[in-house]
Amino acid sequence: MLNALSDKLEGVLGRLKGRGVLTEQHISDAMKEVRFALLEADVHFSVVKSFVADVREKCLGQDVLGSMTPGQQVAGIVQRELARLMGGTQSPLNLSPDDLTVVLMVGLQGSGKTTTTAKLANRLKTQGRRVLMVACDLQRPAAVEQLKTLGRSIDVPVLDPQPAGGDPVAAAKEGLAHANAQRYDVVLFDTAGRLHVDGDLMDQLVQVRDAVQPRETLLVADAMTGQEAVNIATSFHAALGLSGIVLSKLEGDARGGAVLSMRQVTGCPVKFVGVGEKIGALETFHPERMAGRILGMGDMLGLLEKAETAVSREEAEKLARKLKKNDFTLEDFRDQMRQIRKMGSLSDILGMLPGAGKLAQVADAVPDKEINRVEAIINSMTVVERNNHQIINSSRRKRIARGSGTSVQEVNRLLKNFVKGRKMMKTLSGARGKGYKLKQMLPF
Amino acid sequence: MAGLFKRLFGGLSKSRTALGGRLADAASGHDRIDEALLEEVEEILITSDVGAAATTRFLKTVDNEVRYNRLTDPARMWEILRDDMLRSLARCGDRKLTVSASPTVVMVVGVNGVGKTTTIGKLAARYKAEGHKVMLAAGDTFRAAAGEQLTLWGQRLGVEVVRQQEGADASAVAYDACQAAMARGVDLLLVDTAGRLHTNVNLMAELEKVRRVIGKVIPGAPHEVVLVLDANTGQNALSQAKTFVDSAGVTGFVLTKMDSTARGGVLVNLVETYQRPVYFIGLGEQAEDLTPFDPEGYVAALFGEAE
Repeated sequence: MLNALSDKLEGVLGRLKGRGVLTEQHISDAMKEVRFALLEADVHFSVVKSFVADVREKCLGQDVLGSMTPGQQVAGIVQRELARLMGGTQSPLNLSPDDLTVVLMVGLQGSGKTTTTAKLANRLKTQGRRVLMVACDLQRPAAVEQLKTLGRSIDVPVLDPQPAGGDPVAAAKEGLAHANAQRYDVVLFDTAGRLHVDGDLMDQLVQVRDAVQPRETLLVADAMTGQEAVNIATSFHAALGLSGIVLSKLEGDARGGAVLSMRQVTGCPVKFVGVGEKIGALETFHPERMAGRILGMGDMLGLLEKAETAVSREEAEKLARKLKKNDFTLEDFRDQMRQIRKMGSLSDILGMLPGAGKLAQVADAVPDKEINRVEAIINSMTVVERNNHQIINSSRRKRIARGSGTSVQEVNRLLKNFVKGRKMMKTLSGARGKGYKLKQMLPF
Repeated sequence: MAGLFKRLFGGLSKSRTALGGRLADAASGHDRIDEALLEEVEEILITSDVGAAATTRFLKTVDNEVRYNRLTDPARMWEILRDDMLRSLARCGDRKLTVSASPTVVMVVGVNGVGKTTTIGKLAARYKAEGHKVMLAAGDTFRAAAGEQLTLWGQRLGVEVVRQQEGADASAVAYDACQAAMARGVDLLLVDTAGRLHTNVNLMAELEKVRRVIGKVIPGAPHEVVLVLDANTGQNALSQAKTFVDSAGVTGFVLTKMDSTARGGVLVNLVETYQRPVYFIGLGEQAEDLTPFDPEGYVAALFGEAE
């Protein structure tokens, strides 16, 4: 996610940081590259223009040029401005504490409204709320059927009002009445996709909004949207008064410039991002973390959160003790590997570390399949072998290779890297306490 | 100047007025080519999603003309830009989507939500009207109710739809459909596939398999693999095309949702890079809202010329 943009910016800023003295020309050149990177990432032309102008002015205005570490200062300015552009802090869904919360989902065709509606319903349901979904997309063939199927799979009721003449306003009214009568906590209205330039359909949406008086009006937008993002967001915001944006399909390689553009022109926060096809793949959006990720500064906060849910404290402490005493065994290694995998795919995790761009390449070289093989090899060892790798002689290696469906070469490589990794950990835990050189710590 | 564009201007007229005539306006506002004008051109190209790299290249052409051929007339500059773009678009030849074999199998692929199923409905309507016997295969067995959506199109158009239950193997659906198409003397079989992000390796492999299976039943098939792209998509379209061309063997493109103010400028770079034709553009939700791609009309629209 957003890798290409972060790679480029990291490169540009990295070169600046390396310089002891900066001239105005250096900054101009760097800004040109920043501008190019942002444009290629589909950030809107006007947003890029003002962003680059702001950053340049700040770089030249302050005593950056005369400072001891001018490059670092420039990088700092870029990060601060980027975070500001993304909208400061995370903004949660505005739920009414004791009343029915009405949520209206709007967007273009194919932006992912119906899927996002179901994902959001599932999220709210797991938080213990009583949720109802109302099918108001009477336009696209089988859209209602899609919502019903999704509703069944997450066990959330779907109301299909089927008004005479297919009037979505009537459908919305009936949905609201039903939600009130049945005392639901949250009601989500899935509406038909429409182009922002379609006046009639936009008017219709305004009528739907007036009929249900939503507390949240969420624009669902495709992360791959180009320059048009600005027109889309502006039009929907002008017509309806959006309360937030949900960015869908961010799990691809979209550089996500649309995030910056939409947020900037509407002032509406991005509340959620869709990161997969599965129903659970909806995450809250953290602007400050995203800015860090784009610049390759990592998302340590997010990583720690993930780690906390996956690894218990005692387990972590036990591991630390073992590392110190250098009796880290293959058994420990397997446990650790399993814990890491509970946190998500390897590339996800590496992407959150500082220097994300470089580490992501490692992740590509070590696909999750490879980890399966490593685990299979360790599984094929006896407990004694796992606790004392030194006894694994050539005959044992042959047996292990056969048992795990791998080759002796692969077993050899794993053992060699394991020994190397152990040494590395000893040095790291001894000298600094914390190991950042993750690549060397992974024995494959 | 405006007259020229008007004559070139083809079927892309819907809703184009918002940013209409931007280049013509820009041209008439300047009596010579200077920094300010070039900046305006850059903005127009970038905001049309032509992309920073391609835009730089087009501007370089103009810059060369100014430097070495003493180009000063803004009107002439537009012609140079336009011709340059048309040349880029002409690299792929002018192959059309035709019913050549019987049955001709067309696989329709793309990322989620670009309008694959709708495009299939429109294609079916078009080729049926031309007198071909058309069949649809509901190969999107993943998305909830995708099969229903295609079935509704089939009912609307009076075209047979081959489908299995949700969650079935897409290759199996394609296999069945190919068998049925041969048995019933169908001219054109349109195979729908589930939307998938090009970064999902496993799903791309599944697509390769569907392709293989079709080729096993009908040698030489699929005759065409159409990648559907959303005009609202930015530079990511290049990345999508790369993967789909590599693993699904895309033979041509369809650009949908051109009825908004989105210009789909990424197409210029796309066609030039992959040298595959754009068969159609989608202009709305109705069956008849699909028109053959017209490069000259497209470039005129890209430059913001209104009716």
